[in-house]
Amino acid sequence: MSIDTTSRLGWAAGVAALVALPFVHRDPYHLHILILILIWSFAYTSWSMMGRFGLVSLGHGGFMGVGAYVTALLWNHLGVSPWIGIPIALVCAGLLALVVAYPCFRFRITGHYFVLVTLALAGIVLQVITATRDYTGGSLGYTPERTTGNHFLALQFDDKTVWYLIALGVWLCGLLIWRWVDRSMDRYALEAISEDEDAAAAAGVNVTYEKLKITVISALMTALSGALYCQYQMFISPDTVSGIAVSLQMVFAVVVGGVYVALGPTVGAIITILLAEGLRIGFGTKAVGWDNLIYGVLLVAFIIFLPRGILGSTLARLQARR
Amino acid sequence: MQSFLEIFDIYLLEAMVNGILLGGVLALLALGLNLIFGVIDVTWICYAELVMIGMYGMYYLVSVYHLPYWAAAPLCILLVAGLGAALHAIVIAPLLSAPPINQLLATGGVLFVLQSFATVAFGIEFRNLGIRLPVLALGEMHFSYSRLLAFLAAGIGMITVYLFMTRTFTGTAIRAIAQDRQIMALMGVDTKRIYVVTSAIGGALAGLAACLLVLQYDVHPFVGLSFGPITFLICVLGGLGNFVGGFVAAFVFAEIISLGGLFSDLEWGYVLAFAFFIAMMFVRPGGLLTRRS
Repeated sequence: MSIDTTSRLGWAAGVAALVALPFVHRDPYHLHILILILIWSFAYTSWSMMGRFGLVSLGHGGFMGVGAYVTALLWNHLGVSPWIGIPIALVCAGLLALVVAYPCFRFRITGHYFVLVTLALAGIVLQVITATRDYTGGSLGYTPERTTGNHFLALQFDDKTVWYLIALGVWLCGLLIWRWVDRSMDRYALEAISEDEDAAAAAGVNVTYEKLKITVISALMTALSGALYCQYQMFISPDTVSGIAVSLQMVFAVVVGGVYVALGPTVGAIITILLAEGLRIGFGTKAVGWDNLIYGVLLVAFIIFLPRGILGSTLARLQARR
Repeated sequence: MQSFLEIFDIYLLEAMVNGILLGGVLALLALGLNLIFGVIDVTWICYAELVMIGMYGMYYLVSVYHLPYWAAAPLCILLVAGLGAALHAIVIAPLLSAPPINQLLATGGVLFVLQSFATVAFGIEFRNLGIRLPVLALGEMHFSYSRLLAFLAAGIGMITVYLFMTRTFTGTAIRAIAQDRQIMALMGVDTKRIYVVTSAIGGALAGLAACLLVLQYDVHPFVGLSFGPITFLICVLGGLGNFVGGFVAAFVFAEIISLGGLFSDLEWGYVLAFAFFIAMMFVRPGGLLTRRS
């Protein structure tokens, strides 16, 4: 059997096992953790769509906030079903990404500048949510109203198994998008751009277009993860779905897992969420702040000692041995 | 003449003066960040968190150990200067040859560390010094002395740094390194030492800002987020590493925030400032003071 068939069989078996899991093991707490891991894995994957090409954004908290809040606001104030609200939220996030990213790429704002501009974006989305507290509840958070009618139309389900399957599907879509980008010409164009923008442009790569494309894809995916998180948790606050802290959390998880490999963000999500949950269960309210303290120290240590992340380094070592 | 006076009503004037006073502290922060970027080519994402730690330092020195304000301030400046040097030695120095983005992300990790350290060590309560400086009434306008003091002290701080940079040997070496990092090492300048000195100066400026801000705002672990992003915007708007640009941009931003806050909530002032920032990115992508190519 060739390596390709083996890995394809492995993937099929893994997905089948994941789909079967909630029907075998029905513990609601474990399912809850798994759903969170899948939703955040998807968010982290969407960050690393850009991050792997050197486009480091600290503004993804902003996109996530737009996805979550637009969906919830449309539902509460106008009664628009999330099935329509989520696409509208995605369009909003995509437009926001275009408005911010176009001048950045057109005028070749890269590196530090790009990070700081996107950082400001995350900060400002947070400020807007806080400022419009009459509608969004400000920093106290916001709850989508429970539906009295059709659960499917309102995208609200009490059964954790349904949510698990939805999150699993979305997460798989994220991996497929990763694979699609990985196999496209855009990947080579973007890698060339991240190496040397001038040389790439001279070789006929449309630098602005390529960067905008991947940025919008990444922003749309992030907004979707925000909307999903909102529908699942039924509570959002500016601190949990928007702002700089969320952006940094994405960076942290991806750096820990590995930014250049498809499953790196997922490994990062598993590690960070299990760490946070472990501390919460082990120490209760005394642990407030400790999880972030450990995150921060680990983030610094990883960047200094293991910049390719856990999965990235392991795979590289395996490949070297082969 | 009459209509002119009607436009310039007294509240507008008060807001404008307050904007200038706010601009002083923002300019101080922008100077520190620009200095570090210009010399070491690193952006300290956690700069505002250093200010937060400094504000806690002031709170403990003044309210818990009962030091007078004027004695606590130099101690606090020294403390944050030490923090700045330590940040460089522990986090930045091992990463100097790594891609620049890694250094920036590492300071992002430090942001997490400092915020959560403050949460763990000091709790999440809002604290203040309990010092309420009187309000200066000028005609029908009111200005708080704490803002005037902040403006003056920030000005003195910036002049001191300017004199240090132009009149001393170390300052000249710092400016030379900002111009060419490789050559200066060949000229016999110890770049490692200069980096540490620069980081300490950057920290000291954050410490000074902390001493001034603690008079106006309550301290809590996340206070850095309320002026950190705005400082980064100012630095980018002025052109990273461009001292004069940062200075001008600080006042432009402070005016927008202050005037925007006059007509609605303070948050809308920030939103307005951001919209202005995006617009300026189209017009002057390299910073306010650069010529269009």
